[in-house]
Amino acid sequence: MPFATRGFSGRRGQADTRVPPGQTMVEKWPVLSAGPTPQVETRDWELTVQDETGTDHRWSWDELHALGVEDITVDIHCVTHWSKLGMAWRGVSLDKILANVRSEHRYVMAHSYGGYTTNLPLEDLLDGKAWIATEAEGEPLDPEHGGPARLLVPHLYFWKSAKWVRGLTMMPDNDPGFWEQYGYHLYGDPWKEQRYR
Amino acid sequence: MRSTWHSATIVETRAETPHSVRMTLAVPTWPGSEPGSHLDVRLTAPDGYQASRSYSVASSSPWGHVVLAIDELPDGEVSPFLVNEARPGDTLEVHGPLGSYFVWRPGQNDRPVQLIAGGSGVVPLYAMAVAHDLAEDTTPFQLLYSVRTPADAFFAAELTELAGPSFQVTHVYTRQAPTGWPGTVGRLTRDTLAASTIPPSERPRVYVCGSTGFAETVATWLLDLGHSTTDILTERFGGL
Repeated sequence: MPFATRGFSGRRGQADTRVPPGQTMVEKWPVLSAGPTPQVETRDWELTVQDETGTDHRWSWDELHALGVEDITVDIHCVTHWSKLGMAWRGVSLDKILANVRSEHRYVMAHSYGGYTTNLPLEDLLDGKAWIATEAEGEPLDPEHGGPARLLVPHLYFWKSAKWVRGLTMMPDNDPGFWEQYGYHLYGDPWKEQRYR
Repeated sequence: MRSTWHSATIVETRAETPHSVRMTLAVPTWPGSEPGSHLDVRLTAPDGYQASRSYSVASSSPWGHVVLAIDELPDGEVSPFLVNEARPGDTLEVHGPLGSYFVWRPGQNDRPVQLIAGGSGVVPLYAMAVAHDLAEDTTPFQLLYSVRTPADAFFAAELTELAGPSFQVTHVYTRQAPTGWPGTVGRLTRDTLAASTIPPSERPRVYVCGSTGFAETVATWLLDLGHSTTDILTERFGGL
């Protein structure tokens, strides 16, 4: 320890091995986004997955749900130092969505209504690690929390869980998304505190 | 991580409002920061326990003085310490500057700038107004600032000083106005927003900073009024 700040003891009783370094547990659910909240009706909502062949795979709201919705309980970690533990979500596994997508590419750019983007390695979306989430804490996702649907990739900092998700594009290189272009880490592992580059 | 933690020493603290502190830090290794950016403050307890929070930078000088204005969150862990306990000579660590999105850069003078703040949300916008003034930039700047009472206004004297032909400040008082205030007292409304901000026809860059509720409401009204979603930048606080 380089030094301690005089008189600071912090709030104790929070020690929980589920909380990564530099994070503090919260009960409420803070909102952070870069601009106005897009309002997207479920009847207009569509998810598109694009691979390098130019084939678009598309799902309407009902088609997405027909793939099979599952219950998910996960911890989420925001780069702005809060963590929310044991959150109950419902959504569709990316394994189901990507099952029939063939791509040689190793990276994915997630695109949102409103123009937000974020980059992820494809393998981080597979094997039960990521979902298109449509409900949280027993309620349909509020627009300010990314509704009607957001990406849910809980093992990475929460900016990777793109709100208002509308598409995934396979890409050969790990091109930076929106916050990544502004200096946020390309990968964002909360346990390694990969906040900024 | 490329960027590291800088050692910082508090050189001055003063009450900014009844519930907030203005704190000047000496950060000898501070690389400088763009108007609107923020930093992380990290406090370390004697047993190694650490807590970090993000705060907007109000101003920074070439000799490494960084000014923050920190509002006390009643249930907070870090802000009550910084507001009530910290004093000159105390040391802490900072990491940054962070964020190159919610910034205004002198030279971005092609379009007017509308700043809209609620409470302590004025801090990064104050940094932009200072930069605008220092650069002697004549780009029209306007600030619409919503506060509960006159005593709750951050950088009140400085903002009055900065006001001039190219920087216009309008206040909204939600609970209590100064004596002789000609306007009404109460929450910001869409009509007041429309009447006291640069119209969408002038394509201003709009920076909104405040609580989540404030930023959500204002951003929605701005879209209703005809501003383009890409012209509206928001920064919200209220998480920690």
